[in-house]
Amino acid sequence: MAEQKEKFAELQKAIDEHKDQKGALMPVLQAAQGIFGCVPMDVQEYIADALGTTLSDVYGVATFYSQFSLQPKGRYVVGVCMGTACYVRGAQKVLDRVQKELGVDVGATTADGLFTIQATRCLGACGLAPVMMINDEVFGRLTEDEIPGILEKFKA
Amino acid sequence: MDFYRAQVLVCGGTGCSSSGSGEILERFERQIAKNGLEKEVKIVRTGCFGLCAAGPVVIIYPEGTFYSRVRVEDVDEIVSEHLLKGRTVQHLVYKDKGHEDERHMSLENIEFYKKQKRIALRNCGVIDPENIDEYIAFDGYKALTTVLTEMKPEDVIQTVLDSGLRGRGGAGFPTGLKWKFAAASKADQKYMVCNADEGDPGAFMDRSVLEGDPHAVLEAMVIAGYAIGATEGYVYVRAEYPIAVKRLEIAIEQAREYGLLGKNILNSGFNFDVFVRLGAGAFVCGEETALMASIEGQRGEPRPKPPFPAIKGLFAAPTNINNVETLANVPQIILNGAAWFKSIGTEKSSGTKVFALGGKINNTGLVEIPMGTTLREIIFDIGGGIPNGKRFKAVQTGGPSGGCISTENLDIPIEYDTLTQIGSMMGSGGMIVMDEDNCMVDIARFFLDFTVDESCGKCTPCRIGTRRMLEILERIVKGQGVQGDIEKLERLAKNIKATALCGLGQSAPNPVLSTIKYFRNEYEAHINEKRCPAHHCQALLNYYITDKCRGCTACVKVCPVTAITGTVKERHVIDAAKCIKCGSCVEKCRFGAIEKR
Repeated sequence: MAEQKEKFAELQKAIDEHKDQKGALMPVLQAAQGIFGCVPMDVQEYIADALGTTLSDVYGVATFYSQFSLQPKGRYVVGVCMGTACYVRGAQKVLDRVQKELGVDVGATTADGLFTIQATRCLGACGLAPVMMINDEVFGRLTEDEIPGILEKFKA
Repeated sequence: MDFYRAQVLVCGGTGCSSSGSGEILERFERQIAKNGLEKEVKIVRTGCFGLCAAGPVVIIYPEGTFYSRVRVEDVDEIVSEHLLKGRTVQHLVYKDKGHEDERHMSLENIEFYKKQKRIALRNCGVIDPENIDEYIAFDGYKALTTVLTEMKPEDVIQTVLDSGLRGRGGAGFPTGLKWKFAAASKADQKYMVCNADEGDPGAFMDRSVLEGDPHAVLEAMVIAGYAIGATEGYVYVRAEYPIAVKRLEIAIEQAREYGLLGKNILNSGFNFDVFVRLGAGAFVCGEETALMASIEGQRGEPRPKPPFPAIKGLFAAPTNINNVETLANVPQIILNGAAWFKSIGTEKSSGTKVFALGGKINNTGLVEIPMGTTLREIIFDIGGGIPNGKRFKAVQTGGPSGGCISTENLDIPIEYDTLTQIGSMMGSGGMIVMDEDNCMVDIARFFLDFTVDESCGKCTPCRIGTRRMLEILERIVKGQGVQGDIEKLERLAKNIKATALCGLGQSAPNPVLSTIKYFRNEYEAHINEKRCPAHHCQALLNYYITDKCRGCTACVKVCPVTAITGTVKERHVIDAAKCIKCGSCVEKCRFGAIEKR
């Protein structure tokens, strides 16, 4: 619980920083997503109160943009790029293999809370297609057979 | 100013950073310090060089030696051979296909760069984007000085109008005209917005400009602000571009420090400041009214136009919105004059355009070419053609709003209007090349899947219409297409184009219409013969045992539905009617005898 309290204190700091600027809701939600790893209902209520807006407004924005999630994600987010350049170079096979190896579908998190699979929008690393990102690390020029080895490194 | 005998340029663009250019840079720093060369050799982390296929890229001046696919382990050799002994490390030098014997390749001799003309990208890969002095040394902020000291706002607008510059974000609206409309609106507060929400999959020129030359965009924003009478500017940039965001923020700080942003810029009495706003992953926010709603902190939904942003835009004030690449051209137009810019490209599309070459092509990367260059020159001369000896099938331009262009149109000169005529569009400049293995029906399905996912849901034609089209396409690639499907797709497409609220919906059917137009036979093969000519669509493939089969019976044992029959040491056969296409036999076969046909 103490940890939760610290997080809300951090959120309050972000709110204070942005509160007076026009269109503050987006930067505040982005900060919240960073602090909590997601924006659950209690966080949304807190933001609505602090910015003097309604929960429905906050919820509307939070659910509109794909960057915000209402549920927590796994420790490692495996994002397989499904941009056109990656798709024509076989990204679907890479994604299928990731799903097969981890045993969960796109959007879902493994039972141990370690991995969440995402089919992401173009990462702009088209020269390295097909591309996959695990948190901030980029893996390029992939073949499906490399997938088990890469995932293994994160399981340790 | 310090003088160095050599400069080592390490690409710090997203592509090369992803393949480890950060560690390469660190290794160079360490090795150069170790050899006591700090005062003789300067290391620069630049923006993108463009030839991402060869990344990570290192260029060493004064020779201009172009090292490609450099690994951290190679750094020691480059330092000891090239920098200490003056000998080129031959095995790391980039070589064009067919010119493998050339000993010394420098940038200007490489096929990839020969036909290019760099205006928007002129500083990318040349200067350190995190150092304002380098930008200034390359004539940076000179155009702004001219504008603020010698030109009236209407002169600036007239120059941009005369240059014929059109929006590089896709639609190609004349930039000068946009500025003129915004300038004509009377208001106490106006805004200048830079659209850096580069959402088209396969297009990354805006990111490269922001990563490689952020000051060019800032300078242009101040110029535009002066021209239209705005004092505040916003850059709306994708959160998915962390390097671009960081460099933009550094550039803004530096420009403020130098008095090039803020109050009383260059003692002219003109005030202008720029703020960064991050997108949050919504493709529709590239549409200008949706983008403004997002900056205001709302759901990024578009609204009907008129009123146009020039009348009522951000925070209900008159607003001018330009794309990153468009803005990157502006300082050069001011410096060199409208006539110079007009002399490049074609009559109706002046200047250059940056394209992101990707997909089934040898030289993936960013290219900037004069308008009027043909697709064939880009794909085969600059891009180096199709890898693995495959045949070219189509090139897709304009992202989810564009279309597929087939061989018969490869020789048309690239212009806004010619691309629209053949059913595609300029778009932001993604150019994805496809070969004989890509199924065009599946590509159409891929784009519709994207649009359905990204449709904001505000208007019915886009929300429901695109979904119905996707359902039909999904049926076709699964082999469940029926007679009349093509006609149904065409009818839906026509109605969605005519009635959707914003550009996203109005252009969403383009990938389907263009593939029907040029590859109707592939649709018909899927529907009538339940066959995928590109052998791509899983549901339509049949497994087939070739004469490589040795009759080892491994596949018989692994088949879960006993579809394979045959005697030992004789070629086996798969009963297509029984086969469930699980692929187990292919995995088991040690002779590569089972193929999909």
